[in-house]
Amino acid sequence: MSLKILKQGLLTTVQDLGRYGFQKYGVVASGVMDHFAARVANLLVHNEENAAVMEMTMIGPSLQFQEDVLISICGGDLSASIDGVVVPLWRSMMVRSGSVLRFGSAKSGCRAYLAVAGGISVEKVMGSSSTYLRASIGGFQGRALKQGDVISVNQVDPTWQQKANFLMQRNPSKSFIPFSWYISEHSLPVYRSNVMIRIMRGREFEYFQEESKDHLLNDTFTIHPQSDRMAYRITGPQIKLKSQLNMISEAVTMGTIQVPPDGSPRILLADRQTTGGYPRIAQVVSIDLPLIAQLKPGDTIMFQEISLEEAEMLYMQLEKDLSVLKKIIQERWIRGH
Amino acid sequence: MTSNMQFYPIGERAIVVKFGSELNENTYEAVTSLSKSLKQKPIRGTIEIVPTFTTVTIYYDPIAVLNSNQLKTKGNLNNQLTRSPYKIMHSILQERISNMEARPLAEYRTIKIPVCYEGDFAPDLDYVAAHNKLKKEKVIQIHTEGDYLVYMLGFAPGFPYMGGMSSEIATPRRKKPRSLVSSGSVGIAGEQTGIYSIDSPGGWQIIGRTPFKLFKPKEEQPTLFQAGDRIQFYPISLEEYAEIEEKQK
Repeated sequence: MSLKILKQGLLTTVQDLGRYGFQKYGVVASGVMDHFAARVANLLVHNEENAAVMEMTMIGPSLQFQEDVLISICGGDLSASIDGVVVPLWRSMMVRSGSVLRFGSAKSGCRAYLAVAGGISVEKVMGSSSTYLRASIGGFQGRALKQGDVISVNQVDPTWQQKANFLMQRNPSKSFIPFSWYISEHSLPVYRSNVMIRIMRGREFEYFQEESKDHLLNDTFTIHPQSDRMAYRITGPQIKLKSQLNMISEAVTMGTIQVPPDGSPRILLADRQTTGGYPRIAQVVSIDLPLIAQLKPGDTIMFQEISLEEAEMLYMQLEKDLSVLKKIIQERWIRGH
Repeated sequence: MTSNMQFYPIGERAIVVKFGSELNENTYEAVTSLSKSLKQKPIRGTIEIVPTFTTVTIYYDPIAVLNSNQLKTKGNLNNQLTRSPYKIMHSILQERISNMEARPLAEYRTIKIPVCYEGDFAPDLDYVAAHNKLKKEKVIQIHTEGDYLVYMLGFAPGFPYMGGMSSEIATPRRKKPRSLVSSGSVGIAGEQTGIYSIDSPGGWQIIGRTPFKLFKPKEEQPTLFQAGDRIQFYPISLEEYAEIEEKQK
């Protein structure tokens, strides 16, 4: 099974949940920006959560399915349609061979994820399918997808394929057939262009001026156009240290908020470096990272402080919710669509 | 060794052990010992370990930590704390470190790196020489006489942060960074020397280039260097550079 890119989007890459175990060698973790959307997309097509998906940014690509296939699209609403018909997000659906998936404008969010049953097949580099563009490694030939690329998909379970074929035969006139069940809206994130993000104090929080700390916790910041998979630059009131701080590089992670001398905080994201030497004023809690991943330049953000204990509870609750979701989806699978 | 030790979280999935805020042999020894201990006997739930100059960061899966380490903390004074994966990691690490023996740096590898300090490979050599009021040859001599220690890898895949450069050739970064510095470029920034491991933008003063590949993503050990390695440079001509480069293909 394969997919053919007819028209490239703004930035479309193959990603999984990241490249771990090599950060000690300076190898950037990469992986999807919105973990929640990518994991759910995979669950909906009966994949491992870590299977490789396509991450599409702002303007999605056009692509053609070369065989009948089960897919799901999760994350931001980039106006997806198949052969001219709007397709639902966060839903399993069968797609007929030869149909073309297109995207339009970004109605909400910034990144969408296409999961295909079996998972996208690329050569793993250091155990991961994630693309890291700066070092040209992973994903599809270490680069973003472009027109003419043919992307392979791993084989799926044959019993599965039978069910799918049956479904396709019953609806011969349709290009795609969404499954009758779907995830309740209450379980899904709402991507707004102005968000409240929960943070914990960063290691160097106390080294910032009182006024700057107040700004961080009370004012609105805007996503600067100079934002990408490595980091979002946010602008607003200047954030300043009380006095110059000599720091030796230490580890940083997804969601670490560093403040370089220009006074504009940077939120480190999927393609962050493994270590950093700028003071860390805050750390975004894991559960809110997907909301940031879906922000576009010009969108705004406010911060609310919570404790580590609260953040840990939120983390566990999310993982519990996801495992419940996984169970429910698996039951659906067993019962048929 | 562990008197200035501090623990802190970065997010809810990583804990940092910081052995001091100054780079010296003691903190470095502690970083190395703990990394080694955690590699030999990983704490359950660990995803990966990242040593830096003065810290060791342990990334973990909070659920796995909670599920597999509960017994260990049962005897703790405060039983209520055991639902926090961070606190579990904290207490396990504290115990681990208190049982850790202070030992001098164990055996290490010395890697000899050929560097061509000529022509287009050394666009800033003149500047470095002039800045330090030295002849070019003297800069090369000082650079190749040094014995360098790789403290950590970071900044880019396989990029070594090295200590041990003579202050006689220290030179500030370029005011205007280059938009592209080729991999293999050997540079100076302040009192540090380093080697670009991949093509990237950069502001270091470039004094030479090595034909060795520092980042080999498809090999089992994907980087030429590891933390703890010693490095020595030796000069080669343009012809030798071409020869070595050819052999690597």
